[in-house]
Amino acid sequence: MHKYLPQTESDIQNMLKSIGVKDIKALFKDVPESIYLTKEIKIGKPLSEDELFKHFEVLANKNKTNICLLGGGVYDHYVPSVIPALVARQEFLTSYTPYQPEISQGTLQYIFEYQSFISELTGLEVSNASLYDGATATAEAMLLACGATRKDKIAISSALNPRLIDVIKTYASKRNIKVIEIELIKGRTSLKAFNKINDGSLAGVIIQTPNYFGLLEDATPFSAAIKENKGLSIVAVNPLSLGLFKSPLEMGIDVAVGDGQSLGIPMGFGGPYIGFMATNKTYMRKLPGRIVGSSLDSEGKRAFVLTLQAREQHIRREKATSNICSNESLMALWVSIYLACLGNKGLVDIGNLNLENAHYAYKKIISLPHFKKVYDADFFNEFVVETDLSLKTIDRVLLKNGYTSGIHVGPHQIMFAITERRSQAEIDHLVELLGGIKHV
Amino acid sequence: MKIIEGLKYTKTHEWIKVNGNEAEVGLTDYAQQHLGAIVFVDLPPVGDSFKKGEEFSAVESTKAASDVYLPVSGEIIAVNEALEDEPGLINSDCYANYIAKIKINNPKELDDLLDAKQYALIANK
Repeated sequence: MHKYLPQTESDIQNMLKSIGVKDIKALFKDVPESIYLTKEIKIGKPLSEDELFKHFEVLANKNKTNICLLGGGVYDHYVPSVIPALVARQEFLTSYTPYQPEISQGTLQYIFEYQSFISELTGLEVSNASLYDGATATAEAMLLACGATRKDKIAISSALNPRLIDVIKTYASKRNIKVIEIELIKGRTSLKAFNKINDGSLAGVIIQTPNYFGLLEDATPFSAAIKENKGLSIVAVNPLSLGLFKSPLEMGIDVAVGDGQSLGIPMGFGGPYIGFMATNKTYMRKLPGRIVGSSLDSEGKRAFVLTLQAREQHIRREKATSNICSNESLMALWVSIYLACLGNKGLVDIGNLNLENAHYAYKKIISLPHFKKVYDADFFNEFVVETDLSLKTIDRVLLKNGYTSGIHVGPHQIMFAITERRSQAEIDHLVELLGGIKHV
Repeated sequence: MKIIEGLKYTKTHEWIKVNGNEAEVGLTDYAQQHLGAIVFVDLPPVGDSFKKGEEFSAVESTKAASDVYLPVSGEIIAVNEALEDEPGLINSDCYANYIAKIKINNPKELDDLLDAKQYALIANK
């Protein structure tokens, strides 16, 4: 018997005999002859396990792993080996979303723990069980604000990640929501520009920190200003930065969202990542997706349940502000293990490592003859520099030396992400390479 | 089925108790019985205005969720905050526990509503 083909020829003959059918073809006699495939499919001959492994080894060896200087929403962070080891346990990895959720207490427990972590990180009272990614979480927060205020206009910072803006606009276009972009001043959202449009017609305002250019934004004055007009303040945050900087609670935020990739999720080509969303009790019933609650069972023992579920999503679908009915469960487990490994002190330490490495690299790069600074504001682990050198040449030189270059954010501007994974030697070598590039 | 004389009613099972140019609005006995144990009342923001027939609140019970419609156009001037912690008050006495107080915009709209007798015909069907 073959591993992946569970029936042997004699199994098949026995089954045919017991149902009284001559052969397999007779079993499908209702299918017209004219649509039968008569040609052989060209997929090559079967390979043995050994041959197959060799085949994929050849393919895998074509990959080249570089030192990654790309950021823009996805960052090269260290993944503690305990995470994949635990997450790969079949109880977690192969269990599908439980349709009778309370039977899977283990799944509900880790989702509850995930929510507790997100609440603690953001300072906000309630977290949902997670969403698809940071961009959809931000768009869902916009829908929440529009639903809660019954308004259909939202202000967003122009310094949001362009991918976030794309997803927000896609969602908005199907709900007839008007999206207004707030101008920037020196790379950050202009409060003056916002105050001009904050006229009581806005459902909310969305700020990102660190923003797309890596700069820290203080959303406090925006949340205070929108509150006066009964709108909601929404902030998209990098959760890894929250060990160091003001939490959404401290900024007076109503809804905090973000992508959990920076919490130890490997850089995949598009994922899987995870979106998180937290709010206070006022908007708890407007949260999209699932929420796990802690309760007591009939014997008085602690038990976990899906809560706040008797809602629009199931019985008044046409009234729903969101159609999200599930979550990104395995990645919720992933980031929970990451945060559990770090602990409070670890989160601060890793934040500081990112901060110090990035600032070390920044200072060295802007002191090079062909490079200069662009912004004055504080940043976390990502920064923009300006250069009169060709960006293409920079990319080529770095690639040749084992680095994947940064993001081009303008014709003469490039953005580098420097995480805790970059050693001093790697940074020094990078600076040396950049310093050696001449005009063509 | 308890129906109180002197109140006005809607076909969608709301009652309205008019007091000058203000009024209290709540759910009828028929509505609370059919919904079962009410676990949440989504109260509207004070100061918001709604048109006649527009949904201004929603109630959730253990077996259903339902919109609550405003019988006449008006502005919310107060909500029954006791329902936030004890939504079941609507089950125990639906006529003593209004959902919202409104300022009536157009008293003429009251003429379109049902009186107790007319409503009884619908509720007892």
